[in-house]
Order: sequence, then C-alpha cells, then structure tokens
Amino acid sequence: MSNDHDTHRTQDQATQAAERMLPLVPLGIGIALASFAATVAAGNAPSLQLPWVPSLGVQLSFQLDGLSLLFGLLICGIGALVLVYAPAYFGDHPDRHRLYAWLILFMGAMLGVVLADNLITLFVFWELTSVSSYMLIGFKHESQKSREAALQALLVTGIGGLALLAGILLLGHAGGSYELSELITKRQALQNHPWLIPTIVLILLGAFTKSAQFPFHFWLPNAMAAPTPVSAFLHSATMVKAGVYLVARLSPIFSGVPIWDDSSVVDGSLTALTGGLLALQQTDLKRILAFSTVSALGMLMLLLGLGTPTAVQAAMVFLIGHACYKGALFLVAGTIDHCAATRDVRKLSGLARMMPLAAVAAALAGLSQAGIPPAGGFLAKELIYESALKLTTWVVPVLVLVFFANTSFVAVTALVAVRPFFGQPSQASASAHRAHWRLTMPPLLLGIAGLAIGLWPQTAGLFLVAPAVAAAGHAGDDVYLKLWHGFNLPLLLSIATLATGYVAFARWPKLRAQQLRLRWLYHWGPETGYATALQGLRSTATWQTKMLQNGSLPVYLSVVLLAFTALVGWELVDHIDIPQSGPWLEVRPYEVCIPLLIIAAAAMAVSTDSRLAAVCALGVIGFSVAMLFVMFGAPDLAMTQLAIETLTVILFVFVIYRLPRFTIFSNRIARLRDAALAVAAGGVMTAVVLAATFAHTPSRVTPFFIEHSLESAKGRNMVNVILVDFRALDTLGEIVVLAIAALGILALLRLRIDASDSEESGERRQAEQYERSPRASRSLP
Amino acid sequence: MELLLAITVGALYAAGFYMILRRSLVKVIIGLALLGHAAHLFLFTVGGLTRGSAPLLTGETAGRVESYADPLPQALILTAIVIGFGVQAFALVLFKRVYQTIGTDDLDQLKATDTGS
Repeated sequence: MSNDHDTHRTQDQATQAAERMLPLVPLGIGIALASFAATVAAGNAPSLQLPWVPSLGVQLSFQLDGLSLLFGLLICGIGALVLVYAPAYFGDHPDRHRLYAWLILFMGAMLGVVLADNLITLFVFWELTSVSSYMLIGFKHESQKSREAALQALLVTGIGGLALLAGILLLGHAGGSYELSELITKRQALQNHPWLIPTIVLILLGAFTKSAQFPFHFWLPNAMAAPTPVSAFLHSATMVKAGVYLVARLSPIFSGVPIWDDSSVVDGSLTALTGGLLALQQTDLKRILAFSTVSALGMLMLLLGLGTPTAVQAAMVFLIGHACYKGALFLVAGTIDHCAATRDVRKLSGLARMMPLAAVAAALAGLSQAGIPPAGGFLAKELIYESALKLTTWVVPVLVLVFFANTSFVAVTALVAVRPFFGQPSQASASAHRAHWRLTMPPLLLGIAGLAIGLWPQTAGLFLVAPAVAAAGHAGDDVYLKLWHGFNLPLLLSIATLATGYVAFARWPKLRAQQLRLRWLYHWGPETGYATALQGLRSTATWQTKMLQNGSLPVYLSVVLLAFTALVGWELVDHIDIPQSGPWLEVRPYEVCIPLLIIAAAAMAVSTDSRLAAVCALGVIGFSVAMLFVMFGAPDLAMTQLAIETLTVILFVFVIYRLPRFTIFSNRIARLRDAALAVAAGGVMTAVVLAATFAHTPSRVTPFFIEHSLESAKGRNMVNVILVDFRALDTLGEIVVLAIAALGILALLRLRIDASDSEESGERRQAEQYERSPRASRSLP
Repeated sequence: MELLLAITVGALYAAGFYMILRRSLVKVIIGLALLGHAAHLFLFTVGGLTRGSAPLLTGETAGRVESYADPLPQALILTAIVIGFGVQAFALVLFKRVYQTIGTDDLDQLKATDTGS
C-alpha cells in the first residue's frame, strides 16, 4: 500500500514540476523572437519557406516583420504569464492538463497566424485558433451555458472564417500568388481588379467576426464562460486581435479603397460605442471587462480605418497598452474570483487589505487604462486625440466618439480596478483568503510592462511601434514617441476625459438603472438574430430529415421510381431511333399465347385479394417464363426455372397461411397514384428493352466460348461449361450466397422471440443466476 | 417478337413496382417475386432472341457463331434465378419473424427507427 502511495506522490510531483516548466515554452519562443528585434528594426524581414502543397501554390512560408514581431512578443509574453498563473488558479482540477494542451496549441496557432506569409497557411492557423478557442470556452463542459457560448463563438468566427477563405481565394487568384510579400507589390493591379469589392467584403467579414465587431460583438462577452486565464489570453489580449492584425496586415494592399477604409471606420465606431455603453450596464467583473474589450477593438478598427500615419501609430501603441492592461485586469478579476468567490462588483470592496499585490497590479493596469501619465495608456490616448484632431474630414464625429470611448474606459477602470479594493471590506471581501504569489505576480508584471512603455517610450517606439507601423504601410521613421507633449489640445481632452469618466463612475448606479430601462431593445439585438438563425437551422434540419428520411419504404421507393422514370424516360425519348421493320415486329401465332398469359397472371397477382390466388398467379408466370426459355433456345434455363418455380410455390404455400391476409392500408387516391407511377416506370422498362434490342450487336465474347468449350473444357453444353468452368468462381460465390441465405433462414426460424422472453430479460436472468451462485459471484469484480 | 416480350417485361415490372409500393408487407414480397421474373425476362430479351437452336455444340455446326443462341446471357440468368430464389426464401422467413415479433404488416408502422418519432 505504502509503495503505491509513494509512486502516486512521485507522479504528482512530476506533474507539478512539468506544470511549472510550461511557461518556459512561450518564454523561449519569445526570447528567440526578441533576438530578431534589432534586425527587424533595421527594416529587414527574416523569412522561412517549407514546401507543403506545392502543386496548389501553398507553402509553409513565414516572415517576421515589425507587425509579426509586435504580435509575436505579445502572444509569448502574455502566454508565459498566463501559464505561470494557471496552476494556482486551477489547483488540482482533474481536467487541467487538457486545458494546458489546448492553451499551448492555441499559442502555436496564434503565432502561426501572425508569422504566416502564405495566405492559405494563415487561414489554416486562423481556423485552428477558432477550434482551440471553442475547446477552451467549453472547458466546463458539464455546464450548458459554457457549451452554448463555445458553440456560439465557433459558429460566428467559423462563418467569418469561411468568408475569409473565399476572400483569400479571390485575392490569390487576382494577384496570382498567395504570398503576402508578393501581393503587396501588386497593389495597383489588385486595386483595379474587378473582384476588388467582393474580396474586400469577404475578408472584412472574417476580420470583423474574429475581432467581435458590431453586429458580431455578442459572442465575446458570452465567451467569458471560459476560465479566467483563458479569457485573459484569448479573449482580450491575443485572439480577438487577429482581425485587427489582418486589417493592419492587408492595409498596404487595400488602404485608399473607400469601402475598405469606410467599413473599418464606421463599424469600428459602432463597436466602440456599443461596447462602451454596454460595459457600464454589467455587474460581473469579467463581463464589464469583456464589453470594454469590445469597445477597445472597435477603437483599434476605427484607427486602422482612418489610416493616417498618426492613427496607425496610435493604433499600435494602444494595442500594446491594451494587451498589457486588459490582460492584467482579467488576471486580477480571476484572482478576486478565486479568493473572494464572487465577481459581482457590487459585493466587492476593501480587498486591498487581503491582497495588496493584486491591488497594486490593478492600480498599475488602471493607470494605463484610464490614460493617466506616466503609463503607456496615456501615450496611446494622446496619440488617439492627436490623430482625430489631425483629420481633414469628420473631425467632430470621430472626436466625440473617441472621447466617449475613452470616458467609458475611465469609468470601467474606476469600477473594476479601484472600487473593489478600497472602502470598508464587504462580506465577500472579509471572507476572502490570501492570494498565492502565482495569482498576483503575472498581473503585476503586466502592469509594470504597461508602465515601462510610458517611461521609456523611445525604446518601445524604436523596436516595437516603428517597425509595426512600417509593416502596416507607413513610413516608420516618423514615429517618435514621447510622454510629454506640452500643454496642448490633446492634454486638455485627456483631462476632460478623466473628469467625465469620474463623474460617470460616481453616478454609476443611477446611470446603470437608467440604461437598464432600455433592456427591451435587446429583443431586437444581433444576438436574437443569432438565436433565430440557429433555431431556424435546427428546425429546417429536422423538417428536412423528416421529409427525406421519413422511414416509409413506399415513399423512398416512389422517389427512386420517379427519378428513374423521369431521367431514363427523358433520355430515351430524346435518343431512341425506331426502325420501321425488322425481326422485332415478327410474331408467330403460337408465340402470342405465352406473353398474354404472363400479362394476365400479373394483372391477377396485383388485383386479387386472396393470398393463394396471388401465389398461383406467381406460379403461372414462372412456368410461362420457363416456356419462353424453351421456345428461344435455352433448355438449361427452362429446367432451372421449372425446378426453382416449383420450390418457390411450395415455399409460399407453406408460409403464406402463417402470414396476415392481404390488407388494403392505403386509400384510393394513393393506389391510383402508385398505379400511374408503376405503369410509367414499366413503360420506361419496355422502352429500355426495345432500345437495347435496336442497338444489339453480336457478342464479342461468345465466339471464344464456342471455340474453347469443347477444346479446353471438354463440354458440349456451353452454358454448363461457362458455369462450372470458365466462370466457376462466380458459381462458387453463388453457392456461398445460397448457403448464407440458408443459414440465415435457419437462424431466423430457430430464434425464439416473444414479449416475455426477450434477449434483455434473458440476460437479466443469467445475471441473477450468477448472483445466486456463490462460486460465480466471487469471480465477479 | 421483341416488341411483344418488351411489353410483357414492362407489364411485369409495372406489376412488381405497384406491389412493392404497397404498405402491406405480404404484397411487397409478391412484388419482389414479380420483379425477379421481370428481370430474368429482361436479360433474356436484351441478350438477343434466337428461335430453336440451343447453345449445344454438335459435330456439324461447331464453330459457327450465328447458329447458336448466345450462351453467356443464359449463364448469367441461370445464376440470377438461383440467387433470386435464395433472396426470396430469406425475405419470406424474415418477414414471417417480423410479423410474429412486431405484430403488424403495415410498413408505415415500422418506420420508427429512422426518425425516432
């Protein structure tokens, strides 16, 4: 026993050691990427190409330019911190290893998306992120809510993914290559291509669904069903930015096309507005953060759509800042949830005493989110205002919009980063336990990283922002980041933002109550559309299955016969070529009797309501067919037919009285309809026979049999020789079929089934016997 | 003669098709038998009709193709007749068991397995 226990403990220790090593994977990749920083900053783009499907122009080609480096470092950095955090968050959850595997897979896929140079490769990685996101959101798979949220995210991003694939194919065809680096050089030709508009619409559909842009934003807050470390990694810092990445990546090709720029501006604005408004309605920490992420994603899309050098620069700085502070805030939310067992902001206050480090982390992240100097977020906000003010058109609407979004960020900061930590400890806070260092260090590091960008803006500008701006199609030389711009309009706007945001926070309960009165609007929201579409899909599938797979043999056969009659009949009517004379019209008087007899017997078999009469009619037909065989030179067939027919009649007579009487189940109309169909299909068969007769050519195989029957097989009866010699294997197969049929019949006849003696009860009885017998029960496990 | 046989084949097929479209299982089995006869006759007619001369090699006519009925379709039909009998016997017994177990011969009562409703 003790030995077992030791083994178990050793195993546990090994598992824990492996868990501790996990962050080294992203860390190593991150350091490797960072080692290229100087090369990339100098304007080079190291690349790697491996053949994959060369015949389709698909290769595993990767390129590391400024944009890839920026995203790659974010993915690895936040990935490493999340993996440091996760073991403490999950404790000894039995499924945690599966989660780590999916997290690592997701990270690899995400790195693939941002490093790929080939669009098809990019798409494959893109879909992999959707799939791993599905598994991660559905981690708590026992909960129906989790499963629905996972499916929703998968369907929304999956449909967008399909659109993206179509767009990529159009782009690849138009540009003659799937390599991004080549397509960028063909900007002029691509912009004049007739497929330009559909290409752009399809690609943007992919980007907008992935980055949760309006009206697809609803999946992101629902994805909060995922464990918090997952939300921090996928649904705030990395995956949801894939759409933003794609737009930035393709901007050098499409920027300047009105539909490309305007779609991003308009939809980004709508998203920023929706997210900002809805964030303040929530009470769950994670949902507040999720909606404010939606708002931030909209802001990023808006900035990229504006497309001016300042705006793109602002987007890149904001992107870094947002990834750091939002990741940190999510992790802090997870820590609070873990220690205080609630995420409801109304129930949380005074947590700073219990978890001072988490409070510091939240404060640092909050500085950045609210845009207070010297944090990186301040830098981003100044740049955002600057780019709005520098616009030549639409200055006021854009300014109002970004002002609103920034105000919402300030209010959200106060709500999630300040309020839970100060004031008198609430009941939930008082019962909270202390946080493990793993739960506080990662957010703290992210908070410090956000601060560092503000403190050393030139370094961040030189190595991260400028190369990324250059990759997005603007001169990176203009990038010169500094914290202090002097007293100017953006600074004034920043101060106004802080003031308004504080007011919004102070009046939050009232504000929320007012907004909640508009809840009825949700009934017309896009999520209702999603639900309706899904319901429609389900009921259509059910209806279609019931239509096509209704289980009724007559219906299936009717469909088959109808299709046969229509298709073959049509083809024959179109092609048949009737000769005016020939042997097909010659009839000897005595030959007429047999066919007439067959037809009459068939009519009787169909119309009689006596089972015996039907069997007799079948016999008449069988013996008549034998007569025809005799008349047209087939004595072997005739003999076989006579023997078999006799057997069949005997068999039927034996069985028929154990069968139910002929019953008429169907009504008159159904019978007439079936009769019409049967006669039409029979007519087509007649036409087929005639068409085959007209096209008859002498067999090319027959001379062989005539020549070799006597010589090689020593037989004069050619039919016999074919059966037992030339095609003896066929005959063997036939015998096997008969033997199997005979075995089947025997088994069916000996099988004893009735209501009281079903197989199940038989098994139960056997089991009972086992239980009663002491000897047998001992051998049972 | 082909015309007459073509009509006969068509009539047998029509009768068989009508019977397998019935909801009563006994009728479906009668329909199967009818279709079997129709198929044999179909193959026989399509294979080419020759009056009289069976495909038996005799001394005088050896080696002349046109003097025999074609043996190949005959061999195929012979196989079909035997297999058809096996299938019919099996179907008949299977149906007898189904009727014994489920107690109905209405096909529409037996369709629950496909859609689960």
